Amino acid sequence: MATLEIAATPVEVDAEGFLVDPTQWTEELAEEIAREHGIAELTDRHLQVVRFMRERFFASGASPSVRALGKESGVPIKELYELFPKGPAKLAARIAGVPKPRGCI
Amino acid sequence: MATALTEPVLAETPPATIEKVAVIVSKGSLEGVYPALILANGARMEGIEANVFFTFFGLDAIRKDRAAKLKVATVGNPGMHMPTLLGALPGMSAFATRMMSRQMEKLDIPPVPEFLDLLADSGAKLYACQATVEMFGLTEADFVPHVEKILTVGEFYDIAAGGEIIYT
Repeated sequence: MATLEIAATPVEVDAEGFLVDPTQWTEELAEEIAREHGIAELTDRHLQVVRFMRERFFASGASPSVRALGKESGVPIKELYELFPKGPAKLAARIAGVPKPRGCI
Repeated sequence: MATALTEPVLAETPPATIEKVAVIVSKGSLEGVYPALILANGARMEGIEANVFFTFFGLDAIRKDRAAKLKVATVGNPGMHMPTLLGALPGMSAFATRMMSRQMEKLDIPPVPEFLDLLADSGAKLYACQATVEMFGLTEADFVPHVEKILTVGEFYDIAAGGEIIYT
């Protein structure tokens, strides 16, 4: 199992780089993962999506789809793609420290 | 005397990734349209560029008056596992359509009009095929506003260049 070392606290990640234990997540870690994936700085809008993603994951046990993000996170789909150009659900989940969304939509 | 064969050495190739897809939609039934929309949207979700070309009855999916009314084909569709005569009974197609729509909603897959919104917002580009638009006597005004342009096949190939082409 790979580990990601940020701020001297190693966290476990799976083969694709998603956090194994979502409770190990910190905002600092999110900044680091975002930078690694081409997002220089997490804005309030990024964080709104990330926080929604975490809330939803802890409430339902699954990461939300793009459709659910567009309807319920308060950030419309067009903007989601601007914020996370390489795939909003997947990248936002990665930054939010929750598992990869499994849905096709 | 037998000689040992040396194992061929493969040249190093960069990891294969898909960067761009063109999805061609030629069918107008609900089960004909959904796969194309799902493939195009799935591409955008992975950051893959997606162009969608609607042709022949596939045009129904982007027609203002028809996008919300696509039906499952219950006749001539072996996948239904239903005798043809039964599939032809009045109300059968409407029933199958309701069943599929309900199932799709359960899977978080939106109805076609909302799906077109989703696709356009995700940055996928939608095009109508000029030859069939003319054949059906349609104009730009007949299509949902998400349709970028009416294109000839050649123009579409220009746009699709360098990507994978998926025909549905």
